[in-house]
Amino acid sequence: MDIIKQGMFRPNQKFCTNANADAKIEVQDLNVNIGTNHILKDVNLTIHNQAITCIIGPSGCGKSTLLRSFNRLLEDTAKTKITGKVIVDGDDIYEKGCEITHVRRKMGLLSQKPCPLPMSIFDNISYGCKIHGIRGKKKLAMVVKHYLEAAGLWNEVKDRLHTPANRMSLGQQQRLCLARGLAVEPQFILADESTSALDPISSKIIEDLFVKLKAEYGIVMVTHTLRQALRIADYVVFMYMGEVIEQGTAEEVFKNPQHELTQKYLSGAFS
Amino acid sequence: MAYNRFKNKYVEEVVAKVLMIAATVALFVFASSIIYTIIANGWNAMSWEMISQLPGGGFYIGKEGGLLNAIVGSMYIVGAATILGLIVSIPVVFYLNVYLNPNSKLGYAARLCFDVLFGIPSIVYGAFAFTIMIYLGAKASLLGGIIVVTLLIIPIFIRSMDEVARSFPRAIVDAAVSLGATKWETIRVVVRQIMPGIATATLLSIGRAIGDAAAVMLTAGYTDSIPTSLSQPAATLPLAVFFQLQSPIPQVQERAYGAALVLTIIVLIISILGRIITNRFSKHRIK
Ligand SMILES: Nc1ncnc2c1ncn2[C@@H]1O[C@H](COP(=O)(O)OP(=O)(O)O)[C@@H](O)[C@H]1O
Ligand SMILES: [Mg+2]
Repeated sequence: MDIIKQGMFRPNQKFCTNANADAKIEVQDLNVNIGTNHILKDVNLTIHNQAITCIIGPSGCGKSTLLRSFNRLLEDTAKTKITGKVIVDGDDIYEKGCEITHVRRKMGLLSQKPCPLPMSIFDNISYGCKIHGIRGKKKLAMVVKHYLEAAGLWNEVKDRLHTPANRMSLGQQQRLCLARGLAVEPQFILADESTSALDPISSKIIEDLFVKLKAEYGIVMVTHTLRQALRIADYVVFMYMGEVIEQGTAEEVFKNPQHELTQKYLSGAFS
Repeated sequence: MAYNRFKNKYVEEVVAKVLMIAATVALFVFASSIIYTIIANGWNAMSWEMISQLPGGGFYIGKEGGLLNAIVGSMYIVGAATILGLIVSIPVVFYLNVYLNPNSKLGYAARLCFDVLFGIPSIVYGAFAFTIMIYLGAKASLLGGIIVVTLLIIPIFIRSMDEVARSFPRAIVDAAVSLGATKWETIRVVVRQIMPGIATATLLSIGRAIGDAAAVMLTAGYTDSIPTSLSQPAATLPLAVFFQLQSPIPQVQERAYGAALVLTIIVLIISILGRIITNRFSKHRIK
């Protein structure tokens, strides 16, 4: 953020200036109840920076819930009780003094279905920057260009920056959402099945972007397709019925799964 | 067999198409004949005097004067009722959609009530308000007219804005909040999304409010002057049509059509302006 403010902003520079290269997300004894539903049970996890962590597991096992607990989006759901710790870069985000907007800014969320804001392409990206105090037409234009380039969208939309975002194709919308998230300079990117609503080409583009972006960010990706996880994961977390069954590097989990459930899931016995 | 099914489908399609075209043509003929009648009968009565002057002595036997009293009275009532309607409806819609959960019984009952209220003829609103006014010893007044018209349009406001709120994509709020927006900062996004819906609801309400004769007849009364306080009676355009049309004098009847023409033009202007504004807003709306 400082770099933007000083106007020394150059592409190819490390985007994430407030990132600490070895910032981690550490989840300790996380339990989530919604109403009488015990959704996450004693989750313990470590998410590494500058790597892609894939969360896999059958649908309904709590992957999205886990992801939404990382940026405290879960609290907005009614009757939710959260206990345990989620430590991001050394600070427990559920601690009292923790500023919620600050937490959310550190965690860029990319949802399943692309959801642009009801404004122009330009405003979609500048919205978050304005919230965080970046003003001035020139500076905003620079930031918008930079992140549209980072999301591989600049050449496609540079001539229609001020047209409504809802006129883009679905794949472009998803990349816009990614650019929008990057523009507030998070440390982590949380992607919840972000390619499942897209055509194969668009989802390949997003996948490739993630691989490129992992040089600068920690990426947590929920995915329902095992093959995607096989292609890009550095670390893998396998969940089942609200519990983390197994976690480790992609090699450990895919080549040599320890738990019987993991073996079954990987062999396609259930999905 | 397969061929037959195909043929049946074909016939169905042709029938449906014919019906649709017939309905469209019927509507078009209907609308244009109404407009034709109003213009043909009222055009001669149209003049600058008609919309800029109050009725003079002998106006109702065909002498000089205009309809400014009714134009201004209608504007007062419709303007005030629309604003009041919005002020009352927005919190109700907010309550129904944000505080109550989607399958709450109270919400269901409330929506049912508003649907029923929506269907009640305006004369019933008028009669109801009239009874209360008699009970309170109040005379027909601008205030009475405003209140009853507000009541009349509240169900339209609430039900049409309720639809807007129910189809609101919650993911937009999540998206804004994930960028680090506070509750207050997300309002900008929410307003952008719902603005077209609110504009449409307002147009619908104005349409019903401005054309209503029955409710204001009993509550706002009629007068030849422009009211200067809420307790004075107020004239309205639909009643100007109604009263003058009953006259046996041709000039006065002509003026009734003239009043109808003025009313139609006002509605047209409001609709076109509304359309332009709505289109501007809805350009960015997320479906
Ligand atoms: N708002 C909610 N209220 C009650 N139960 C919920 C709510 N959201 C999710 N759940 C339940 O939590 C479980 C996990 O959901 P989710 O995290 O969406 O799973 P996944 O993303 O792995 O498919 C599911 O069984 C779901 O029914
Ligand atoms: Mg999910």
